[in-house]
Amino acid sequence: MDRFQSHDYYLMDELLTEEQILIREALRAYLKKEVSPIIEDYYERAAFPYQIIEGLAQYGCFGPYIPEEYGGPGLDQITYGILMQELERVDSGVRSTASVQSSLVMYPIWKYGTEEQRRKYLPKLATGEMMGCFGLTEPDFGSNPGGMLSRFEDQGDHYVLNGSKMWISNAPFADVAVVWAKDEADRIHGLIVEKGMEGFSAPEMKGKHSLRASATGELLFSNVKVPKENLLPGRSGLGAPLSCLDSARYGIAWGAIGAAMDCYDSALRYSKERIQFDKPIASFQLIQKKLAEMITEITKAQLLTFRLGQLRNEGRATSAQISMAKRNNVEMALNICREARQIHGAMGVSNEYSCMRHMANLESVVTYEGTHDIHLLITGMDITGIPAFQ
Amino acid sequence: MKILVAISKVPDSTSKISFKDNNTQFDEAGIQFIVNPYDEWYALVRALELKENLGGAVTTITVGEANADPVIRKALAIGADDAVRIDAEPVDALFTANQIASFARDKGYDLIMFGKETINYNGSQVGAMAAGLLDLPYVSNASSLEVSGSSARLERDIQGGSQVIDVDLPAVISASKGMAEQRIPNMKGIMSARKKKLEVVAPIEAPRHTEVLSYSLPEAKSEVKLIDPDNPTELIELLHKEAKVI
Repeated sequence: MDRFQSHDYYLMDELLTEEQILIREALRAYLKKEVSPIIEDYYERAAFPYQIIEGLAQYGCFGPYIPEEYGGPGLDQITYGILMQELERVDSGVRSTASVQSSLVMYPIWKYGTEEQRRKYLPKLATGEMMGCFGLTEPDFGSNPGGMLSRFEDQGDHYVLNGSKMWISNAPFADVAVVWAKDEADRIHGLIVEKGMEGFSAPEMKGKHSLRASATGELLFSNVKVPKENLLPGRSGLGAPLSCLDSARYGIAWGAIGAAMDCYDSALRYSKERIQFDKPIASFQLIQKKLAEMITEITKAQLLTFRLGQLRNEGRATSAQISMAKRNNVEMALNICREARQIHGAMGVSNEYSCMRHMANLESVVTYEGTHDIHLLITGMDITGIPAFQ
Repeated sequence: MKILVAISKVPDSTSKISFKDNNTQFDEAGIQFIVNPYDEWYALVRALELKENLGGAVTTITVGEANADPVIRKALAIGADDAVRIDAEPVDALFTANQIASFARDKGYDLIMFGKETINYNGSQVGAMAAGLLDLPYVSNASSLEVSGSSARLERDIQGGSQVIDVDLPAVISASKGMAEQRIPNMKGIMSARKKKLEVVAPIEAPRHTEVLSYSLPEAKSEVKLIDPDNPTELIELLHKEAKVI
């Protein structure tokens, strides 16, 4: 019955609904029982724990805001954030799998897909019967996705897609890929590419020092015939994939708080138990400074992110506001992982404690879905009106 | 099978406990409440299993004020069909048992199930009192429960062994560890709980025979001194001079 209690210095739980707390507690209990005990092993072996897909679906982690008519639970944005926070408290790789499925696959199909596409894909994606991935980044186009080389041509009754995508979470096991490519008029569109289409392959990328419990791959398209009904007609241009990234980045902002909470929690406990110079190391001012700064930063991030959730619920959150939260929270979490690792001393490098795994994971998170520096430039552009990307 | 399960609201076991009003009231500020684990993990889940196997319905009953609704909603999310809340503070065991007995009387429940105790006050009284008030048989601390026809077979852990008891239904029982496995409410359950009925019923007049005079926390544990096993002289000296036991 020893349950994790959220670090809630400013009584944020009072702002949550009864149902949001119940959803959080349920997912927390599931993760503690089924995922926490195995995650270090999967991380070490660089393997994705496929057996948790069904559980993640059952606890609402795939498309939590997708309406009930398409198989989702129709929850609000703050609940989506809470779910991502709980997942990342266990592992960023697990959160990434759910983020991609929700924000980068289900979201564009829901927002920009046809009614037939919604009914065909969303219910199966919500139950995890079908898994998805999102193809935007290319080998030579990361922070500058508008320069992408992937293209498709209209061949009358179908499209032909050519190109390649890189660093794609979920790619090795995905049944569907939402792929962004340019048409003959250089306009970016989304296409739903299904596993098994001739000329489509998704080889796994090995050798990651980060997100090792999440599967990452390439997407390779060589004259892939894509049926015309697989085009997402609702929106085109770079804004379409970027709006999906807004949703995912919002989830990351919450997720990072989860990783930070886990490290802080572990550091706080360890510092009260670890005796040096005849007393717990928590007695020393330098340790207290670290711990006090950690909870301060976590609390600031919680307030920032909760307000962002309210704005998302009202449809008023701007991309720049989301960038600020993603950038702030991931950096906050990374700093806390590093400080927590130090508080654990030598034990901090062992896999008996999670801080170094979180730290390594966050090195990806600080880079993907808009690098730390690009998000700073988005804020810079927002406040000055001058883009500084080129 | 028509089953009534009593559900209590208790502080999470990791809560920091404090008192107010000159140590006469438990201070609920900042406390996270949960469903009493014996009610949830064992009584409720076993009731649901019986319903799944034999058909019927599971209703939960709680004596509590509106702040008990979140834990009742969780019981509905786990799978209870509907819930009743008797709108009164459960301050006295006989008062609480009277509320439950009054509601259950004439409703035709085959089983009325309680956790063996609540983890806050550990009274273990309400189930037995309710059985007495309803003039029904009562089996406490059951670690397994099987129903066959109009009787139930229960197993109780006793000192050094176990005891098997058959009881005619309807009956009142209290559940201990082992009767079922915890179920975590999934999203489907949480969503369906939104639409389930939570009926609020006014309490009946009932006597209160007890009054809590004061609470106190256990004394803080004293520090542990570790002594090197190669230094028995120090141990003897400490036992003699500090502990004064030899």
